Amino acid sequence: MANSKFKIQNLKFRKLWMGIAILIILSPIGLILPELLKAGGAWGEWGADEIEKIAGYVPHGLKKLSELWKAPIPDYAFSGWDKGVKSYIGYIFSGIIGAALVIGVSMLIGKIFAGKNGNS
Amino acid sequence: MHIPDGYLGPITYGGLWAAIIPIWIYASKKVKEILKASQVPLLALSAAFSFVIMMFNVPLPGGTTGHATGATLIAILIGPWPAVIALSIALIVQALIFGDGGITAIGANCFNMGFAGVLAGWGIYRLISKFNIQHSTFNSKNPDVKNTRHLIGAGIGAYAGINLAAFLTAIELGIQPLLHAGADGRPLYSPFPLSLTIPAIMLEHIFLFGIVEAVVTVSVLIYIKKSHPELISG
Repeated sequence: MANSKFKIQNLKFRKLWMGIAILIILSPIGLILPELLKAGGAWGEWGADEIEKIAGYVPHGLKKLSELWKAPIPDYAFSGWDKGVKSYIGYIFSGIIGAALVIGVSMLIGKIFAGKNGNS
Repeated sequence: MHIPDGYLGPITYGGLWAAIIPIWIYASKKVKEILKASQVPLLALSAAFSFVIMMFNVPLPGGTTGHATGATLIAILIGPWPAVIALSIALIVQALIFGDGGITAIGANCFNMGFAGVLAGWGIYRLISKFNIQHSTFNSKNPDVKNTRHLIGAGIGAYAGINLAAFLTAIELGIQPLLHAGADGRPLYSPFPLSLTIPAIMLEHIFLFGIVEAVVTVSVLIYIKKSHPELISG
């Protein structure tokens, strides 16, 4: 019973899942467009080094807190894969990994929430 | 608009954590009441869409970049409180795994984009979709007119929602020099005052990123109306 429900759900939203997949494949547009138009990162999302260039110094608290967390895939890039075509491929991989994690967590949380009210 | 670690001092980041936790609790409560098992994939799809759409950085020539969040779109499709959950999941994964947004700033980013942006966008959408003007074609039961009103409401709501999120971000960043300065008088966290953060962030959202958000929202809604009309209620 649970199996067929899952298949039906898959079929039901198949176009939308495929839409996500297509978006992931197209995601390097998010790298290419800024490169083409010579744009940098988002305003106010600069690291300590860039802040030093902009403000002339690194605020003390910012320096400390900016080292708080070492993300596994910082800036959606893999080490050594940060330029050119490699960066686009790495970006897609990041998209796949991130989407998979988000989907997994959402399914888990969703199942827990839905399970509590006996709706089906 | 993802605030990194180090830009907000403890008063602000702590305050926003304190604000987001009851919001998450309330959102969870609402979602538990209404979410059916058959809708769980929609929640996952929405969170995934938000995550992915935020990878599409839109540039200002020679300047900075921004992106859509999908907040209003998702609220329209699955409801505002499930949208708060979906956006928060995407934002937390972005922070933990990709360093997109700080850990101390999770409360702030979820509050700005995952709550304020969602509720404002959805609220404005509802207002415009349901607003009744006496003796006007706006009242028409004609499905095409209703359709148009919904799309207009969605576009304006999305535009307003992301601009509200941006405005809150600008305020939070801009008050840091006032709140936290060292013995030497220099800011400890974001060194940018309101007079800088507000114009810098708002101009780019008012003139570009808000429009991107609206276009994405309306385009996807049009597509979904065609392919999955049952997802659009009311």
